[in-house]
Amino acid sequence: MNGAHDLGGMQGFGPVSPDPVSPDPVSPDPVAPDAAAPNAAGRDGEAALFKAEWERRVFGLTLAMGATGCWNIDESRHARENQDPGAYLAKSYYQIWLHGLERLLVQAGLCSEEEIAQGRSLQPPAVVPRVLKAEQVAATLAKGGPSARPTGEAAAFSIGQRVVAKVMTPRGHTRLPRYLRGRPGRILLHHGAHVFPDTNADGAGELPQHLYTVAFDATDIWGAQACPGSIQADCFESYLEAVPSRETAG
Amino acid sequence: MAHDDHDHDHGDGHGDSHGHGHGHGHAHDHDAGPDPMTKRVQALEALLVEKGYVDPAAVEALIETYETKIGPRNGARVVAKAWADPDYRKRLLADATGAIADLGFGGRQGEHMVAVENAKGLHNLVVCTLCSCYPWPVLGVPPTWYKSAPYRSRAVLDPRGVLKDFGVDLPEDTEFRVWDSTAEIRYLVIPERPGGTEGWSEEQLADLVTRDSMIGTALAKSPRDLPAQETAQEPAQESAS
Repeated sequence: MNGAHDLGGMQGFGPVSPDPVSPDPVSPDPVAPDAAAPNAAGRDGEAALFKAEWERRVFGLTLAMGATGCWNIDESRHARENQDPGAYLAKSYYQIWLHGLERLLVQAGLCSEEEIAQGRSLQPPAVVPRVLKAEQVAATLAKGGPSARPTGEAAAFSIGQRVVAKVMTPRGHTRLPRYLRGRPGRILLHHGAHVFPDTNADGAGELPQHLYTVAFDATDIWGAQACPGSIQADCFESYLEAVPSRETAG
Repeated sequence: MAHDDHDHDHGDGHGDSHGHGHGHGHAHDHDAGPDPMTKRVQALEALLVEKGYVDPAAVEALIETYETKIGPRNGARVVAKAWADPDYRKRLLADATGAIADLGFGGRQGEHMVAVENAKGLHNLVVCTLCSCYPWPVLGVPPTWYKSAPYRSRAVLDPRGVLKDFGVDLPEDTEFRVWDSTAEIRYLVIPERPGGTEGWSEEQLADLVTRDSMIGTALAKSPRDLPAQETAQEPAQESAS
């Protein structure tokens, strides 16, 4: 979908604000990590990961609910991006996560809108495939969720081949950003086949496709104003078209 | 695609009693007690615990893992080893997932890694324009700016300008390679090894590798940037960087 999440190349947001040196004065409850921990956030001038306790909880709840297996990561991304563009841009990052989590809970039939509004259970719980326990956290995170899948299909493109990102306007989830559609590029890396997010996000299945890193010349995307260099993006096979050989000669 | 597109964000910023403002979580002190975002998240957690969908101890363990155990010092060890050990560098560039696993790091949001190396005149920068994809096992959870609209919109269009926002001004003829993490491949930048570090151990080198240098919004620290006591007796302190 052409949502507000698809930000590449938009202008007017102003400069990036690197980590503040002092805590954000707006936050009533800055969360200070354990400075003695081996990987404590806060070294090298890094800000704390969370500006308030509620952000910590949204992070933890989102990961814990993800571990139940009631939805996949692509559904999760789509739940965050699928909202009114003005609302998306007005939300802070963890407000977007909270929005996504609440939508997923309702969609999956785990909670009703009323239950979320009231903060208490009004009907019996649904059965979830798995409830993550504290002692399983380390192993679960270490295992992760690889997206590579075997496929019997041969790769359509080879390293170095010239391609064009398709012009397309899907109504659902896609991982081909608008700024790349219609642009010429070159296959840089081939990663084998991976879960196709566009179908996996709406329950149509993983339908794995070959995945490539495609290099796009910055001037082909932005014109003469571009910084010299290239933009690399990971593109699923169905996002790409071969450039007919007569055009590669030029 | 039957998602509700209208917004139900009870309490986003201004609280239930004040209707549907698109706030930013600022407490306005109209209500006694916790601010609206705190109340709303507490209510959601209470509901999920009551339903039996989450174990509060697991929620806390997940958070604490990324606050204290999995963070950019992991990536710094990978980069330092690549600087110190040419065979490891080769392996990291050829199979980053495997090379990073050799040091004990991997898993969630780092299942498929690619390492990209800076060189004289060549600078790599990593972004996720569509959301916030980031290599968690080596860098932890992304900083706020990485997830912000200014960074996500401009990193692909104006990488030189973004670096200037971080106080880094690279030579005019620098080639920028921006990596937009649009699938499940995660990218780690290997910054250039600073001068004056010949013979340093991996542990010493790792202190020069910052989180931002592995995203590409900074360069590695120079020996002169380290606290004085760490280099006080090192001739390296006076070398040109």
